[in-house]
Amino acid sequence: MDWILANTGRIAELTLDHAALSLPAVLAAFLLSVPLAVLANRLRPLREPIVSGTGLLYAVPSLPLFIVLPIILGTGIRDPLNAVAALTLFGMALMVRSAAEALDAVSAEVRLAAAAQGYSSWGRFWTVDLPLAGPAMLAGLRVVSVSTISLATVSAVLGVPSLGSLFTDGFQRGIMESVLAGVVMTVVMALILDLLLVLSGRLLMPWARRRA
Amino acid sequence: MGIEFRHVEKTYPDGAQAVRDISFTVPSHTTTVLLGSSGCGKTTLLRMVNRMVDPTGGQLLIDGEDIAGAEPVRLRRSIGYVMQHSGLLPHRRVIDNVATGLRLNGAARGPARSQAEELLELVGLDPALGRRYPDQLSGGQQQRVGVARGLAGDPNILLMDEPFGAVDPLVRLELQQQMKRLQTELRKTVLLVTHDIEEALSLGDQIILLRPGGEIAQAGTAQELLSAPADDFVARFLGVAQGRRRLRTSAGQDGEWVVTDAEGRPLGVVEAPPGPVHPRADPSGSVPPEDGR
Amino acid sequence: MNHLLEAWELLIQADTWTGPTGMGARAWEHLLYTVLAVGVSALIALPAGLAVGHFGRGRNLAVLSTGAVRALPTLGVLTLVGLVVGVGLMAPMVALIILAVPSILAGTYSGAESVDPRVVDAARAQGMSRWQILFAVQIPLGLPLIIGGIRLAVLQVVGTAMLAAYVGAGGLGAPLFLGLRTYDYPLLLAASLVVIALAVLLDIAFGTVQRTARRLMRGPA
Ligand SMILES: Nc1ncnc2c1ncn2[C@@H]1O[C@H](COP(=O)(O)OP(=O)(O)O)[C@@H](O)[C@H]1O
Ligand SMILES: [Mg+2]
Repeated sequence: MDWILANTGRIAELTLDHAALSLPAVLAAFLLSVPLAVLANRLRPLREPIVSGTGLLYAVPSLPLFIVLPIILGTGIRDPLNAVAALTLFGMALMVRSAAEALDAVSAEVRLAAAAQGYSSWGRFWTVDLPLAGPAMLAGLRVVSVSTISLATVSAVLGVPSLGSLFTDGFQRGIMESVLAGVVMTVVMALILDLLLVLSGRLLMPWARRRA
Repeated sequence: MGIEFRHVEKTYPDGAQAVRDISFTVPSHTTTVLLGSSGCGKTTLLRMVNRMVDPTGGQLLIDGEDIAGAEPVRLRRSIGYVMQHSGLLPHRRVIDNVATGLRLNGAARGPARSQAEELLELVGLDPALGRRYPDQLSGGQQQRVGVARGLAGDPNILLMDEPFGAVDPLVRLELQQQMKRLQTELRKTVLLVTHDIEEALSLGDQIILLRPGGEIAQAGTAQELLSAPADDFVARFLGVAQGRRRLRTSAGQDGEWVVTDAEGRPLGVVEAPPGPVHPRADPSGSVPPEDGR
Repeated sequence: MNHLLEAWELLIQADTWTGPTGMGARAWEHLLYTVLAVGVSALIALPAGLAVGHFGRGRNLAVLSTGAVRALPTLGVLTLVGLVVGVGLMAPMVALIILAVPSILAGTYSGAESVDPRVVDAARAQGMSRWQILFAVQIPLGLPLIIGGIRLAVLQVVGTAMLAAYVGAGGLGAPLFLGLRTYDYPLLLAASLVVIALAVLLDIAFGTVQRTARRLMRGPA
């Protein structure tokens, strides 16, 4: 407890560092995945390459990806940008599939009905497909956000500052409180982001509330 | 003898009272039909016989013995069960699906299979179909396999829950006729659930008509129910009140007899005129349903 | 890109692979850790998942705890247990098992639940006992999803098992951290590439098994 009180400043700083790694990665993964999923949904021949291709990324373990990526990107291993890029790719591995499946699940009947009412293809996308696929996409985004926040700690072993630094420092110097504080803060951050996602989902998609 | 329901009740754990104070007997070697609209407790009553559902009140006896003391799994292996959706195991060949019950009762693989082939033939299927998987059969064929599976092991009792409810009308008629033929040959004690009045009238030696809330509205033969409906509900349910089953005959142009319902819609032609003819003078002219189709 | 070439050159040298601390021995260790962690996790998660799927109870608890456990950072668990039990294999095993259990559990109960309830009902009506329904109906028909859960767990564990070396155990993390400390980028990269290859190979193998199971359980079309 004493250790934690004496180190609140550092914990807060690392929490911000952690947020700066994981939040952009979650956002980027989402923003990059949805268009890919739409493409996969609309152009059948592209579906398999897109969904399986990004899915394959998931087979690439996180730590090696943190190392191989900077070689390809030309960034340094300890560069936070490298961590963000790796986390984004990871998020996409999960998000593209779940967004594509969400769009696929919008019933063909509803689509036909919308087309019969005279919606153009794009009009239908914004007014029918996207809203109806929303709840399932949100479910996918929640998984991505929790796993990204948890995964971001790994970058600490490479020297990128994050909440994971509390684990590495704590382990090397034998300070249990440091590790505990790191675990708690990571879980809390994951929970808060999850809560925010659920709440914004309710605000943006009130029609899904009954089902959830 | 047969299956006896004595003041049977069922309230599900969630508080839903499915059936209340039901008593009737299914005589051995005859077919009793549980008829009623959806949700009036037919399936609940049927499943009590093989202890898939246990009554919360009353008793159920098979050949005079209370089944509350019977071991459920053993009891189920001695009773045939056919359900609306064939419920066949998708990962086993048709022949093995039919043989499942036999194997459960301890038969060796070889004899069980050859017996299963005979059963397939009995229900009108080419035994060669036995090598297929259930998904490779049509709905009607799957339903026949379901009947064959129910008959496996030659059980005395056959429970059927809307067995022909999910197939198209033509196939349904065919299956019903086959069922009748089989029953004259096999003489099982059959308890059959349906919401289809035609099916009940055509297959049931006895019909138990249930009303919503899980009570018996009337029990009796088809003739008894049609000619003397116990109350308004029965009359309306069977269509007697609206005149759907009040039939009249009238002379046609070429001297044959045309059957019409109470509203004058023609239903069919009578082949042999029934005795002296006073079509307009006979106000009721009701005929047994088999002839009325 | 130069580092990548150097790493490749390192990997095609026989020396790199031989010896007690060579890449071959490390890869073997890594595989053993993975098998051990996933095996123990399966011993825990398969019965639990089957129980949830079969009885249909405790599902909410299972969903909730899987979600909560997923939020736990593996590195945190690893270092925490490492501080308590000291360096060695114990800490990584605990961390990897905690990582793998939720995936296997989720796959298993969804697998058992995914079986058409009418088929289970018919099996019961035929007089199958609970065990017979479980082993002859629910497990075979749920197998594709059950294997899918194990496949996911294997992927997660293979990648994360690199961290074992961080608390003094072996595996492919050993050359990786050595390379990291000594700024030996080719070694670092080589170890990473081997893990990636291992993960992809395992994924392909499990994918094949899963497809076979799916085909068998549906009956050849
Ligand atoms: N397992 C159950 N739990 C709770 N209520 C049930 C259950 N099964 C049936 N019920 C209720 O009992 C009533 C009778 O159901 P059922 O016997 O299936 O009727 P039917 O076969 O005539 O359609 C219905 O109101 C139904 O909702
Ligand atoms: Mg029913």
